[in-house]
Amino acid sequence: MTEKKKTTLTVRRGRRLPLMGVVVIMAALLVAVIVISTGSGFVRIPFLDVARIIAAQVTGLEGLVARLDPLVPVVVMDIRLPRILTAALVGSGLAISGAVFQGILLNPLADPYTLGVSAGAAFGASVALLINFTLLGPWSVPAFAFCGALATLMAVIYLTASSGDFSSGALILSGIIVAAILSAGVSFIKYLADEQVGIIIFWLMGSFASKTWAEVGLTATAVIPGLIVFLFFSRDLNLLALGSRTAGSLGVAPRKISLTLLVVASLISAVCVAVSGIIGFVGLLVPHMVRFITGPDNRRLLPVSALVGAILLLAADTVTRAVLPQEVPIGVITALIGGPVFCYIYRKRQTREVR
Amino acid sequence: MALYDLDRIEFAYGPKTVIDDLSLTIEEGHFYGIIGPNGSGKSTLIDLLAGHLRTHTGRIMFDGRALAAYSRKDLARRIALVPQDFRINFPYTCREIVMMGRYPHIPRFARPGADDLAIVDSIFEEADLLGFENRPVNQLSGGERQRVIFARSLAQATDVLLLDEATSNLDMRHTVQLLNLASRRVNAHTTVIAVLQDVNLAAMYCDRLICMRKGQIFASGSLESVLNPETLKTVFKIDARVLPSAFTGSLQVSFSKAVRP
Repeated sequence: MTEKKKTTLTVRRGRRLPLMGVVVIMAALLVAVIVISTGSGFVRIPFLDVARIIAAQVTGLEGLVARLDPLVPVVVMDIRLPRILTAALVGSGLAISGAVFQGILLNPLADPYTLGVSAGAAFGASVALLINFTLLGPWSVPAFAFCGALATLMAVIYLTASSGDFSSGALILSGIIVAAILSAGVSFIKYLADEQVGIIIFWLMGSFASKTWAEVGLTATAVIPGLIVFLFFSRDLNLLALGSRTAGSLGVAPRKISLTLLVVASLISAVCVAVSGIIGFVGLLVPHMVRFITGPDNRRLLPVSALVGAILLLAADTVTRAVLPQEVPIGVITALIGGPVFCYIYRKRQTREVR
Repeated sequence: MALYDLDRIEFAYGPKTVIDDLSLTIEEGHFYGIIGPNGSGKSTLIDLLAGHLRTHTGRIMFDGRALAAYSRKDLARRIALVPQDFRINFPYTCREIVMMGRYPHIPRFARPGADDLAIVDSIFEEADLLGFENRPVNQLSGGERQRVIFARSLAQATDVLLLDEATSNLDMRHTVQLLNLASRRVNAHTTVIAVLQDVNLAAMYCDRLICMRKGQIFASGSLESVLNPETLKTVFKIDARVLPSAFTGSLQVSFSKAVRP
């Protein structure tokens, strides 16, 4: 009898780490990466000065920065921090929308781009660059990219709904069809573009260079409310893994939840793509890795993915900005690192499951 | 008072009518079996009883109120569904899956209480699943997974248990074990309604039988009144004998190889 009690006790404790601990550690890590990243670059700034400048900005006490070169606060506040915060927010946004897409599509290998959202954004951006649309100033290309992403999402939902079923298979198939058509469109635009082709290619590879506080604000208004919506529905998202019939019998409206989460996740990824270009593998890889720590429960997976996505993408952007001799587009870095890492994880998982 | 009262209900997938002018009452505290050929509307009837699908015409009363008037949450506390085998692609542990059966009883942001943990513990023992608690559900065999899914429905602790070919993936031992567990739940307050392909299992476990054909009830009532050679001949187009078996203590069906046109 005592032995049996012991087993249930260890079972109850489970093999998962406590969520609060993981969140606190990851949040501390994120702050550390932000501070280190702000300090490094062409002009090196000691960490204490970075802290002073931020404190001065927050409290309004000019005395804190009186001793510093007047250029340094400008570098920190106007050049580095906007770029750093944009990178962190985009990393968060791609990671949480990736986790949600995986949950809805019942496929741990889905990502924010599975449904063609990125192909739509790429097409929109390419059109803006081809016709040299500049009416909205710096927002011209992102606006087109955003519209392209949304139009694609609507086309995919329309295609899926007309098949009578709202299943993951139907969604993935519609996404692939629409993305294939749009990729051909992008190729055609590159062919037409002549001297503009370089700009199009550079945009498609993604970059956080010369981001401003406007982009920080835009990304934050998509990612932070999005995360709150996801956390609210995270338990319902767990139930979808059992299939829509079972989820329905456990008190979830499967169609309504899927559609709500699908639209919010697509909005987040559309904003991310519009702001930074196409950055692959973050949305696929981060939830995948975080599941090793938290397990698949979305109530734990989503908050930790938000932090880990921010840390990883910011770290990658800092490497390309401050460590490499020449800046490499961030989309290329994430693909070059993320691709092989993903192959390794995937291969390991396959061999383990065959047993 | 009847638990379910179905009055001339109809349901169609697009132009294809699946449930056609069907009326039925289901009473509390029985083990109902639903039998019928493939495509006769058994699974659709289960989805309608679960509230997962809505009737196009006619109405379903559940415990004195229109089924459509219940919130999904209320239904989840009263009706559990075990579907046909479904692959789960995420590495939830079996314990996490069974705990999902308690979700309808736990507020959205609350942790499971001591009673929830105790219920889940006792169900692992009852369902012969001790040792499975921490195993990832995506690494189980189809039969093991189905037993975990069934345990999840027991954790839901509902008045009605709907089984839609829930034993189709199980070997004989585990089929009997699962149906024994379901059978043990049948009492004054709990009703089991099971779609079964195997009429012999239906004969062993059910005290009421519903035989469907082409979206309608061909016959329903006590096991003995429904399970006879004439019904099987008309509905399944096979020749069969139905005799009491001293070994199983219930009626048993044997078939001839001949298939009727």
